[in-house]
Amino acid sequence: MPERSDYRFTRTHEWVLPTGGGEALIGISDTAQGQLGDVIYLDLPGAGTRLTAGARLGAVESVKAASDLYSPVAGEVVETNDKAVSNPELVNQDPYGQGWLVKVRLEGELPAELMAEADYLAYANAEQH
Amino acid sequence: MEVPLGDTHRRLGARMTSFAGYQMPMQYTSIRQEHEAVRQRAGLFDVSHMGEVTLEGPGTLDYLQRLVTNDVSKLAPGRALYSVMCREDGGIVDDLLVYRDESGYMCVINAARHDPDLDWMQAHLPSTGVVLTDRSRETFLLAVQGPRAVEILAPLVAEGSPEDIRYYHHRPGTVAGVPVRLSRTGYTGEDGFELYGPAEQAARVWDALYDRGQGFGLLPAGLGARDTLRLEAGLRLYGQDIDESTDPFSAGLGWVVKLGKGEFLGSGALRRAAERPSRILVGLRLGPRQLARPHQPIRHESTEVGVVTSGTFGFTVGTGIAMGYVPPELAAPGTELKVRVREDPEQLAAATVVALPFYRRADQ
Repeated sequence: MPERSDYRFTRTHEWVLPTGGGEALIGISDTAQGQLGDVIYLDLPGAGTRLTAGARLGAVESVKAASDLYSPVAGEVVETNDKAVSNPELVNQDPYGQGWLVKVRLEGELPAELMAEADYLAYANAEQH
Repeated sequence: MEVPLGDTHRRLGARMTSFAGYQMPMQYTSIRQEHEAVRQRAGLFDVSHMGEVTLEGPGTLDYLQRLVTNDVSKLAPGRALYSVMCREDGGIVDDLLVYRDESGYMCVINAARHDPDLDWMQAHLPSTGVVLTDRSRETFLLAVQGPRAVEILAPLVAEGSPEDIRYYHHRPGTVAGVPVRLSRTGYTGEDGFELYGPAEQAARVWDALYDRGQGFGLLPAGLGARDTLRLEAGLRLYGQDIDESTDPFSAGLGWVVKLGKGEFLGSGALRRAAERPSRILVGLRLGPRQLARPHQPIRHESTEVGVVTSGTFGFTVGTGIAMGYVPPELAAPGTELKVRVREDPEQLAAATVVALPFYRRADQ
């Protein structure tokens, strides 16, 4: 089981988790899923799509709102979480586990501006108030 | 403004939202869970932001007959009536419930329309014979809705079971020692009750319903679930599906307009609107992962033919659902239209016109 301390977060509320072998999972934070509410639809790139750090990755749509997703890292999509695409409520129920969105093959190091969880939570909390 | 139960909602973990000037609970757990609780068991709503106006005096019936489109002369004590009130040009000022008691009437109006409604009602009030009192701030309104609502409420009523109160009927009663109006009405498409009482005693009634509801799987439910539930039930929302630019015939509410009852505000314009509505509010069913939202355009082939007024995900029906206005020739169930979904103008979802409501409970 990955430790939460292994996750790195963006200011746009995505996370990335290196899983070894130069690969990583990308998802959205618990704060983000809570703000969005019940997720109805995931618009995710297919395998082979090139991702640029900070560029649009896809979109997540809930009953309340549609929200763009931004890639935390540069790399290439190797897998889309089809289970989450067909059961988007997984993003609400388990945002750090079964609700992951895409698996990528990383290019280079993780960007230095990504935050550890404690820093991210402080940032997200300040943003809400 | 605060509803009387603001602290209770926060204690229950509600995400609050600003609506019509009130801080209201949007959701406590999730919209889906609250929606499903109401459909399968029960939900408890605080909708104390709604406005209540009482009318008394010998001229009240004549006044109401002129003010609203439905026929209030048919309304017996102990019954409630859904209606709209219209401007002279037929535009809808508000939709409302009219309750008749032995001694007078109570109108229940939308919170967001409180001020314009009161202005409108005052402007048409006769100089004598009708006493109009705004009781919005002093009145709570709690709704317990769902198939278990009657079982939850029954033992809390001092005067015997509310089971004998039929749909769109009401009577006074005592719940947790608090004098209330028990009304078999709601805005969810489920069986249930709405309880009106003195604002300062709202917490006693809420707590009694909430505590007893725990044994029945009752969840507190917010405005989020209220919207998904009412849209599945095909119920119009003022400010989205109806407003001053829409008339009741276009909105599919012609059944509350009684043109035969004599002259009333808007009756001339409504006679013309009844003959040929220029557009019609329809139900639209989308795909299982498609959400239409208000203001998004509706297309037929490549032509823009209307606009979505309400759109959400129907958790019980399992698809995106919406309402919107289209020309009469495109209003027949089965008509294939398209709705823009998401920001991208190229993202069009197939939307089929369907008869309202999207959801009807099994025993109806």
